[in-house]
Amino acid sequence: MSESLTLDKPRSPRRPAARRNNFELYSWAFMRISGLALVILVLGHLFIMNILDDGVHRINFAFVAGRWASPFWQFWDLAMLWLAQLHGGNGLRTIIDDYARKDTTRFWLKMLLYVAMAVILVLGTLVIFTFDPNITA
Amino acid sequence: MSTTASTAAEAGASDRAGASRRSGTFYRGDPGMWSWVAHRVTGVLTFFFLFVHVLDTALVRVSPNAYDEVIETYKTPFVNLLEVGLVGAVLYHALNGIRVILVDFWEKGPKYQRPMLWTTLGIWVLVMIPGTYFMLARTVSEMFGGGH
Repeated sequence: MSESLTLDKPRSPRRPAARRNNFELYSWAFMRISGLALVILVLGHLFIMNILDDGVHRINFAFVAGRWASPFWQFWDLAMLWLAQLHGGNGLRTIIDDYARKDTTRFWLKMLLYVAMAVILVLGTLVIFTFDPNITA
Repeated sequence: MSTTASTAAEAGASDRAGASRRSGTFYRGDPGMWSWVAHRVTGVLTFFFLFVHVLDTALVRVSPNAYDEVIETYKTPFVNLLEVGLVGAVLYHALNGIRVILVDFWEKGPKYQRPMLWTTLGIWVLVMIPGTYFMLARTVSEMFGGGH
């Protein structure tokens, strides 16, 4: 009832309050926490795959089968997949927000991003969990 | 909110006319801005590579041959060179990311942000020299050494 008596302050902004929840705060914190984990996961991955022993030249199906025989490397790759995809996706979301000039452009670029993220997360997770070293050629 | 790099050049020209840039007043055109630009560029490139990389690794669910064939392209000289670029991009993103975290959470971080940038670039060079050697050694010897 008393609400009907309140008037907007002069020059009060028409836009809704910019901050309705803490999503962007959590997103900021996530970038730093996942970033620290990814420093270990990704630099370790790049060192093993590209530099150690013969680097990329020793990688083939048998090499992958050998690594994924160990739950440790399965978990390493799964954690890396999820953290990297969410970290990178969130980074791209920020970049789209920064540079897209029209709301429709922004909306569709984000939809494209989210679909790509979902495809990669689902496919990558399935591949790690359903990997079969004895698959027939 | 967002700062686009396109205005950096003209902004730099006018900012530098005053002595303010040296005393740290201006962000535009400052090494700090370029470290941010490089962080974005390396991040986006790595994200796009990750998309392709998960797809090529998924071929292990198709057949050993399909996977081995696509992984052979990773061993060709040109793609091998791109891998050095990828490692360089990821390493910069990681080191500068640690710097960003220190600026945010370490009480002296903002004060030392610039020396930390030079430290970051120094570590990058020190790691990339042996890293590049080990990544390209075999490719180079096969191309020019007539075997391995």
